[in-house]
Amino acid sequence: MQPFQYQQPADAAGAVATVAATDGAVFLGGGTNLVDLMKLGVEAPALLVDVTRLSMDRIEPTPDGGLRIGAGVRNSDLAADRRVRAEYPVLAQALLAGASGQLRNMATVGGNLLQRTRCLYFQDVTKPCNKRQPGSGCPARTGEHRNLAILGGSGSCIATHPSDMAVALAALGAVVHVQGADRPRVLDLAELYRLPGDEPDRETTLSRGDLITAVELPPLGLARRSAYRKVRDRASYAFAVTSVAAAIDVEGGLVRDVRLALGAVAPVPWRARRAEQAMLGRPATEETFRSAADAELAAAAPLRGNVFKVPLVSNVVTAVLSQLAGSTL
Amino acid sequence: MGLVRTTEPATSVVRLRVNGETHVVTVDNRTTLLDALRETIGLTGSKKGCDHGQCGACTVLVDGRRANSCLLFAVAVQDADITTVEGLAEPDGTLHPLQHAFVDRDALQCGYCTPGQICSAVGVLAEAAAGWPSAVSARWDGDPATRDADPAVQDGDPAALSAGPAILDAAEVRERMSGNLCRCGAYVNIVAAILDAAAATTDEEAG
Repeated sequence: MQPFQYQQPADAAGAVATVAATDGAVFLGGGTNLVDLMKLGVEAPALLVDVTRLSMDRIEPTPDGGLRIGAGVRNSDLAADRRVRAEYPVLAQALLAGASGQLRNMATVGGNLLQRTRCLYFQDVTKPCNKRQPGSGCPARTGEHRNLAILGGSGSCIATHPSDMAVALAALGAVVHVQGADRPRVLDLAELYRLPGDEPDRETTLSRGDLITAVELPPLGLARRSAYRKVRDRASYAFAVTSVAAAIDVEGGLVRDVRLALGAVAPVPWRARRAEQAMLGRPATEETFRSAADAELAAAAPLRGNVFKVPLVSNVVTAVLSQLAGSTL
Repeated sequence: MGLVRTTEPATSVVRLRVNGETHVVTVDNRTTLLDALRETIGLTGSKKGCDHGQCGACTVLVDGRRANSCLLFAVAVQDADITTVEGLAEPDGTLHPLQHAFVDRDALQCGYCTPGQICSAVGVLAEAAAGWPSAVSARWDGDPATRDADPAVQDGDPAALSAGPAILDAAEVRERMSGNLCRCGAYVNIVAAILDAAAATTDEEAG
């Protein structure tokens, strides 16, 4: 590991100013991903600016009936929060499906959003990787890609975003509060992430020094009936092969409103807007759910080793929505 | 402000509170809490398994919460209250109930993962007592019908959902302990030991 300096800033503004002005400076949250990447030699920051003591650890109701979650809130505290469990169960379930008890105690909301892909080539500095070293190539297309993207990838990169939490946040339409060097701003979660295109090293729209300070959930009645289903190779403590976050509102047998997001199938948490559109006003039946999933998957570009994800996503989407709809009829 | 990268190790003087005792140590910033405990302070109970946060052998309690000490830099846990396996027993040597349960149930073979297993289990019992849910908690198994059948929800008081302690059974223990691997495969007895300790704790509180 490269030597580094360590600082505890007095406030968020100071943290932002330091990282914006210092070559090689990065924020340190829970460290569950960053410290590992430093050990692997994938990251070699010159300065760690520790943002875990900046009082960004509160979960507060917003005036419009939503919830504002500080970026420093630990995953385990968010999963245990009574309001989250009652009003946004998909988020509690997604958090609890991720990592281990120890890691959830450490990991922060902001860090979770910005964690890096677990693509084997990205994590191995002896291999080419366009994300880690632009222009060096991508061995994944012909190599090990069982767990990589079927949607949103490019010729340069088919890495998947590894977060469970972010998939639930995508379904809920969360927004992200960012403190920049100039001024604070608010982005939709979808505006935070970039698809790889030919610049897979640029994963977000954040600039140097931008600090995520909070995530805000809008008031969303249908989220009370929501669920997260994660398919993985072990029963616990494994990254997703495919995951589905869904919420649905059924009235008179018809889909009045629906939210759907997919995990572990794309370089970003994938809001399935095409599928959502295909379901609105239609009978809340298995047929509707399956054809909506297939509409979303029409754009899929799987490879030999992950073509199984196409029917898997279709099946899991259909099962989760049928279960949610069944409980409302 | 540009920061010139140095190849010289940057060091910090860090105050670590471990098992109630304060240690002021000078460490390379790259030193993990695990290495500081083992190499600098001399507490070798916490074990280095994978060193990547995957196996749980390094688990300690930081301000009462279980954490992977291999993924924490020592400089970042200044002034936290750290408890290692060495700090669980009473000063007179009386074992912690979980240590007792592991002995009684023979919940190990080689023993390398045991300090991490026990520290993690201490965390699990505290989390369950605080009502923290898990991925297998019946109320949160992805079936809203189950949740809506819950009396707390029917009474219109969703906040009551997390008011009580979580009840631990074997499935709950396996899920909550999934961050601690045992290469010898002593899981059957580990689960039994933790359930023993959980029952003893509950009895004590009831009594």
